[in-house]
Amino acid sequence: MGKLSPYLYLLPATIILILFRFIPIVLSFLISFFEWTITGPAGFVGLENYHLILGDPDFWQSMLNTFYLVIFVVPLTIIFSLTFAALLNSITFIKGLLRTVYFIPTVTSMVAVSIVWRIIFHQQSGLANFLLEKIGIAPLGWLAESTGIFHLLFQGVGISLPDFLGGPSLALFAIIIVTVWKSIGYNAIIYLAGLQNIPKSYYEAAEMDGANKVKQFFHITLPLISPTTFYVLIMTTIVTFQVFAQVYLMTGPPIGGPLGTTKVIVYYIFEQGFGETQNLSYASAIALVLFMIILTLTLIQKKMEKYVHY
Amino acid sequence: MTNFGKFIAYILLIFFGLAMVIPFVWMITTAVRSQIEFNKGNVGFLPIDHFTLYIEDEKETVITIVKAEQDSTYVHFFDEYGEITRSFVKVSNEQIEERREFKIHWENFANAWKRVPFGRYFLNTIIVSLSSVIGILITSSLAAYAFARMKFKGNSLLFSFFISMMMVPQPIYLIPSYVLLNYLGWIDTYYALIVPWLAHIFTIFLLRQHFKAIPQELFDSAEIDGCSRFGILWRIVLPITKPILITASVFSLIFSWNSFMWPLVMINSEELRVLQVGLSYFSQESSTLTTLLMAASTFSIMPLVILFIIAQRKIIGSYATAGLKEG
Repeated sequence: MGKLSPYLYLLPATIILILFRFIPIVLSFLISFFEWTITGPAGFVGLENYHLILGDPDFWQSMLNTFYLVIFVVPLTIIFSLTFAALLNSITFIKGLLRTVYFIPTVTSMVAVSIVWRIIFHQQSGLANFLLEKIGIAPLGWLAESTGIFHLLFQGVGISLPDFLGGPSLALFAIIIVTVWKSIGYNAIIYLAGLQNIPKSYYEAAEMDGANKVKQFFHITLPLISPTTFYVLIMTTIVTFQVFAQVYLMTGPPIGGPLGTTKVIVYYIFEQGFGETQNLSYASAIALVLFMIILTLTLIQKKMEKYVHY
Repeated sequence: MTNFGKFIAYILLIFFGLAMVIPFVWMITTAVRSQIEFNKGNVGFLPIDHFTLYIEDEKETVITIVKAEQDSTYVHFFDEYGEITRSFVKVSNEQIEERREFKIHWENFANAWKRVPFGRYFLNTIIVSLSSVIGILITSSLAAYAFARMKFKGNSLLFSFFISMMMVPQPIYLIPSYVLLNYLGWIDTYYALIVPWLAHIFTIFLLRQHFKAIPQELFDSAEIDGCSRFGILWRIVLPITKPILITASVFSLIFSWNSFMWPLVMINSEELRVLQVGLSYFSQESSTLTTLLMAASTFSIMPLVILFIIAQRKIIGSYATAGLKEG
């Protein structure tokens, strides 16, 4: 009993995790190497699925969309959440109330808020166009607009950009807005915890030397908070690569995104695996490519962490 | 900080704070607006109904204008239920008046609730969330206890194995899980929603850290008093780590309540849909009923928002200390 007992304590969790986590992970490799229907394997195809991915324009389009999403969402999230955390850290009155307000989007479901935002971006009656109209700007197509945002911006001043510089479509940009809005609260709280660990004496010393608030922020706060920034960077990148619900709810069936410009990688996996084709092995292969990308990024970011650590 | 600096900080925080909550405010005002007004594009922050009235001897009747001429107009007359009573009536322009009225359309909530079986969706969500929260607490405290306080072969190896599995995101194992659950015959059953989520690596990790921090003397004296290993867990470890157990429950509850992609894939039949999936189908099938969708979104997020407002210090603190989340 004495020798066995630790294993008994571990048994329930281990059974569940082996059966429903470890086996599926191993299985995902197998499925991607076989022609796999819902009833089981129907023939070994080796690396054929991976070969198909390389020549699949829809895959590359969804990679580009995901890349746009990450490249916008991650820096915007870091800038906004650090700014809010720094501001919150400098006040005392109604601090709790404001913190709550920023945090509410974090506990609400992505499904419900995506529906709300889809109606906010409604072309005729949405809040976004209603507010634009109030400040004298013509209504935009939002979730139906496939034109790139840089293209739209430069069009406004009479410059026509080449297609590859167009940037994410306005529809994808709407999804970027929602994703940033949803992730600010959580990360601001993480930053707030980090800021409270910076010794007050540093600021007092800087104050004596005559450094103003802006200088203090850039020379004390920013370097000392860098470990938190790296944590936020890694986590937000990983989470943003997996965006699904907002794309599915805002530009998914029955209407669909404009010209596939909002189709991100996890949405594409879902469509391949559970859409009309039910191509489980192809979907699994794409999922593993995504996994490799996330893994590589995490390792690179972890390696870089040493150099920015104070 | 200077007073001026503080003033600027407050201005910015309140401005951006408003920007953060405006979607929710507009969600509620749209949820109580009439669909007709929404379709006409009358979408300010107050639910205002616009009428055209025909006034005769101080008696008001709702009409719509069909065709306006120089000094008279052809109109339709309506009764109080919105049915046309008389059509193409010619009336004088002086008897027609535009009227605005502030009106909260509470009936949108009832109509949304009746349109699809939201009661059932809530029940399913509660069953699934509570089962997995209880399951996670049991399996995690047992495993964390072994990891934190017992010497055995392969302790750190098994723990690293768990942690490395935690790094694999859900979209990666979604398809093979579907294949596996289909093989077990669990697709379209509660089992598919509950059993795979009865263990949660992050919770094991969190509890292990806190169990490790308990001073050894407590264990020694309990052992001298003849307390068994399980007795120590039940009578000493769990009671003194209650705050972190609550934190873990809150995390799992929010995670389970809001999870979407997994139940979307694993469930086909309508009566087993959880809230998020039911709401998603409702939004696809009734995408033009925007006011009802806003009403449904409002009551879907309410339980967690209320829980959050009641226990906000605890919840925000949990997120800050745990500092990790799993998709």
